[in-house]
Amino acid sequence: MITAHDDAREPRPAPALILLARNLWSSAAGRVGLSCVLLIVGCALLDPWIVPYDPNAIDVSARLAAPSFQHWLGADQLGRDLLSRIIDGSRVVMSIVVIGVGVALAIGMAAGVIAGYGFRTVGAMFALFCDVIRSLPMMLFALAVASLIGTGLGTVTLIVIVFLIPVYFRIARNQTVVLKQSEYVTAARAMGASSLRVMLKHILPNLIGQMVVLVAMDVPTVIGIEAGLSFLGEGARPPLATWGSLLRDGFAFIREAPHIAMVAGVPIVIATIGFTFLGEALRDSLDPRVTRGPRH
Amino acid sequence: MVWYGLRRIAHGGLVLVTAVGMMFWFIYVVPGDPASVILGPRADEAHRVALRAEMGLDKPIPLQFARFVERLSVGDLGKDVVTQEPIAGLIAHVLPATLALTFAGLGWALIVGVPLGCWCAMHRNSWGDRLVGVVSMATLALPSTILGIYALLLFAVTLHWLPAIGLGSGVGDEFRHLLLPALTLGLGWAGYLIRAVRSSMLEVLQENHVRTFRAFGVPEPRLALRYLLKITIAPVIAVVAIGMGSLLSNAVIIEIIFLRPGIGRLAYDAVLQRNFPIVLGAVLVAAVFYVICSIVAELLIASLDPRVRSAL
Repeated sequence: MITAHDDAREPRPAPALILLARNLWSSAAGRVGLSCVLLIVGCALLDPWIVPYDPNAIDVSARLAAPSFQHWLGADQLGRDLLSRIIDGSRVVMSIVVIGVGVALAIGMAAGVIAGYGFRTVGAMFALFCDVIRSLPMMLFALAVASLIGTGLGTVTLIVIVFLIPVYFRIARNQTVVLKQSEYVTAARAMGASSLRVMLKHILPNLIGQMVVLVAMDVPTVIGIEAGLSFLGEGARPPLATWGSLLRDGFAFIREAPHIAMVAGVPIVIATIGFTFLGEALRDSLDPRVTRGPRH
Repeated sequence: MVWYGLRRIAHGGLVLVTAVGMMFWFIYVVPGDPASVILGPRADEAHRVALRAEMGLDKPIPLQFARFVERLSVGDLGKDVVTQEPIAGLIAHVLPATLALTFAGLGWALIVGVPLGCWCAMHRNSWGDRLVGVVSMATLALPSTILGIYALLLFAVTLHWLPAIGLGSGVGDEFRHLLLPALTLGLGWAGYLIRAVRSSMLEVLQENHVRTFRAFGVPEPRLALRYLLKITIAPVIAVVAIGMGSLLSNAVIIEIIFLRPGIGRLAYDAVLQRNFPIVLGAVLVAAVFYVICSIVAELLIASLDPRVRSAL
């Protein structure tokens, strides 16, 4: 009988992602992180279906309205519903996060692996570029760039990419230098694998875990860049709602209607705490070198 | 050691020259013509030609760059296109306020962060350590925009404890005006330092010589202060030096929220006026400041940690 053979097998292990989620959920930091991140990502994905009002609909009678049953979080200086604007803003902010971090990760990792694998000149040039970027004060540089190529979300994303590349580059390069000396890489090369194959098949997959942690930890930085630039009026153009532009509106009316600024900060706080805690929990469950140590 | 120092300085110089080149390329080459940007779309041709000649934009680009570097090397950052004042003077005028804010923020973060980090490492996994860990993790990533606005809302708008805006006059008043912005600026840093000191100290605690000290009966506080802090502090200095850039960057936002005159405020107003020479000057001054900090930090680390020194 053929099926008997199948039945004798061990039960199939759950897919890696589910294992990881279970592992994350087992720690307090992981639970807090996952809940906050799911809340924000849920808002971003379900945006058109869950907003109570059109985020840009102006209602003069509700101008600067305090939180009430009609407007749960109140309304801004044009009577636009703040809850709707926050939810709508989360979609915009998360798009910047995904595009900005994605592109920076692709460029930084590729350059890092190539530099670490032994292409010295490329590596040295890229390292110099990264040192230069690090030496520039990000906000001032971002302001200068925004005023030259124009304000807008494209500019914000560009700044995010430029300032995140060095982070991924450095880690990818250092890790590659270490991995290149490991025995399995030597073995692969001895069997005649090309440099490209070694980099793609043997080194890159080993970087993913660390990169995932870094990415989670960097999301607050991206949110901070968007919030800062939009707050200064050099990011999102009105009437587009982003978390930074909501802060700008709130700051302008901080004495008449302090609830706007207060409410506008909440999603940023939730997202920051969520992604930082998630990153920390991911590090604990993905990075084999972190040992938790004996508990006293 | 001297050779190492010289090499670090040379590298810093290279970074600065590349940064200058990049900024120059960015501002003078990419968008076409700063003269038309400054004058706006409705300026007439004669004006534009005159301004181009005045700014030296009619010369070939390599010549412009050479002149630019030549002027920079003697500390001349050019002139404000609106008021014709020298930019170096403008920046020197506001720089003390920014430096005061930056160092006040960093200072309180160090005063709180280093001892607290040590305490957490010595009392690992106690409830105090966990509490500090959670709080520091939550604060270290919060953008300064949020921290600034919340601090303003809480202390100045709701409680009226501290003056919200401006620089103040007289020593006492200036200090009171500095308090809130500096607290805001340093909060994330305190969290960062606590974590850095804690993890660095935990690493040191596992070493053999620590066990020997303990075996000899050296009391824990004395062990921490006298023998461990010196080794622990090296990675922390590195963290601080690398963070100087982001500290300055956050200072820009803080200065704007609290309406403090400073290099960030100056650059922001210049951006709004499309007054690029000032923006460029401010970015360069900040970059020089960062490079100096990182060189000093690397030399400090080398002089503190014999392992680093011997690897040179």
